[in-house]
Amino acid sequence: MGLEEFKGVFVYAQQVDNKLDGVAFELLGKGKDLAKDLGTEVTAVLVGADVKGLADELAVYGADKVIVVDDPELKEYRTEPYTHALASVINKYKPEIMLVGATAIGRDLGPRVSARVKTGLTADCTLLEIGDFPLVAQPGKEAEQKHNQLLMTRPAFGGNTIATIACPDNRPQMATVRPGVMQKIAPIEGAKAVVEEFNPGFTPNDKYVEILNIVKAVKNTANIMDAKILVSGGRGVGSKENFKILEDLAEVLGGTVSCSRAVVENGWQPVDLQVGQTGKTVRPQIYFAIGISGAIQHVAGMEEADLIVAVNKDEDAPIFDVADYGLVGDLNKIVPALTAALKAEMGK
Amino acid sequence: MKIVVCIKQVPDTKGGVKFNPDGTLDRGAMLTIMNPDDKAGLEAALRLKEQYGAEVTVVTMGLPKADEVLREAMAMGADKGILVTDRVLGGADTWATSTTIAGAIRNLEYDLIITGRQAIDGDTAQVGPQIAEHLDLPVISYAQDIKIDGDYVIVQRQYEDRYHELKAKMPCLITALSELNVPRYMTPGGIFDAYEKEVTVWGRADLKDVDDSDLGLKGSPTKIAKASDKVRKGAGEKVVLDTEEAVAYLMGKFKEKHVI
Repeated sequence: MGLEEFKGVFVYAQQVDNKLDGVAFELLGKGKDLAKDLGTEVTAVLVGADVKGLADELAVYGADKVIVVDDPELKEYRTEPYTHALASVINKYKPEIMLVGATAIGRDLGPRVSARVKTGLTADCTLLEIGDFPLVAQPGKEAEQKHNQLLMTRPAFGGNTIATIACPDNRPQMATVRPGVMQKIAPIEGAKAVVEEFNPGFTPNDKYVEILNIVKAVKNTANIMDAKILVSGGRGVGSKENFKILEDLAEVLGGTVSCSRAVVENGWQPVDLQVGQTGKTVRPQIYFAIGISGAIQHVAGMEEADLIVAVNKDEDAPIFDVADYGLVGDLNKIVPALTAALKAEMGK
Repeated sequence: MKIVVCIKQVPDTKGGVKFNPDGTLDRGAMLTIMNPDDKAGLEAALRLKEQYGAEVTVVTMGLPKADEVLREAMAMGADKGILVTDRVLGGADTWATSTTIAGAIRNLEYDLIITGRQAIDGDTAQVGPQIAEHLDLPVISYAQDIKIDGDYVIVQRQYEDRYHELKAKMPCLITALSELNVPRYMTPGGIFDAYEKEVTVWGRADLKDVDDSDLGLKGSPTKIAKASDKVRKGAGEKVVLDTEEAVAYLMGKFKEKHVI
């Protein structure tokens, strides 16, 4: 089958507990841009049990059409039935682009689906655009240059290199996209989705693993990806109890506490507050890095912050290489003093 | 029980990163290590071996030098090592890599395959689930705890805000998080033994049920259009002041930037 038969930009609309994930809206926003460049539409693929009611919400954020795969086997995320759902949608509707959020679900679903439909998958993209491949035609081989390709840019090597990837000979062109990077559109109030229901049939086999138990972490209400100000602590904070001084600073600024991987590994903070390559990518207006040495895996998740303030007793800590303002000193003294000064200033 | 563990030799990006004066990465100056998530997967396999009895085979794909990580794995306690290396396998993306490793594993007996969640050089987390798809096995990604129950594995699968306790029939594939455990060190006896043990080297001809068109650069659906080292934004100001001065300095900057 010719590649030109594949049409449209499809977005996997991740939901958990029948609540859409923010990344679904972000992908729709980006998908709309790409669809405009290609002169096509953006379609959301909604997979779950009793999820049809979520379709209008996807229209509000830009979906021209919503394909709903609704089946009791899809109540909770499991790799096999979800792979079957999405791979079947791809095989039936033949999109030219398929975007999936690079979440703990998407980074499992995406690879398995791509292997099943035999196409390439570019992981954790931070930039997507339509362009030519090769970027510059080789002299004499202008006719071989392909146009209207999805160019997928991603960091690798712990954020030290940037690669732009194309998938010129297979369809769909698939990417997982880092949450928090793409922009959702302003909601179109009252938008109604054009819904198409599709059920490829679900017959359990050995690949349908059994869920024995679901254990939810005590839900931290703050989403660090939405925070305008983050007060982030690292190993240097020293203890779980000592995060109190960071919480006090965050409170006076109306910010949120986040942390580095070391803090999660020490059990001082839950994983949903973790910033970095294996945690979340954040772009707050101000990022305080308190007692964080600045391993590149961490920096990869926060370097796009508008303003970075670092406090560390080690003046050679790599965090100072990315900080706008670096204070070399004892965080136990500086942080409370800064909180007090801000309190006094704001009280004026 | 037979366990296959897939490991990768990667440049050490944690701490060992060196930059050129122009801000690009100095790869030549970096050391190589066993990928951390893979090492956690190996440790998990070795613990299952101690608990239930198992034969642990480590498999890697790479340059001939990747033999080093197999020796390290055997010094930790793995029983056998297989190096898949061939010029035609070079330049593989995750599709071609997973096809290659699946082709190697088809020659082996296994109840369980363990891979790391992701490698610190590519950070894709794709190869494990893709191997499972090629071998038509159940996959459990992001494992934070692994137990065996008869013919089944019971695994805690991590998500952002929860974990699922999953039960899968073996054979199956699990991708391990480095949080799973703290890997053991090599022992002096183990290091000695590792060099007594044999590493099996396989090439293209040893891969089972694999088409040439699915291997190496040629078999990779994704192609690199452009790659560059990221030039970081320069460092800002760094000051060493006593607490009072430091706070005054920062407050001044905040006012200047209209933060407060």
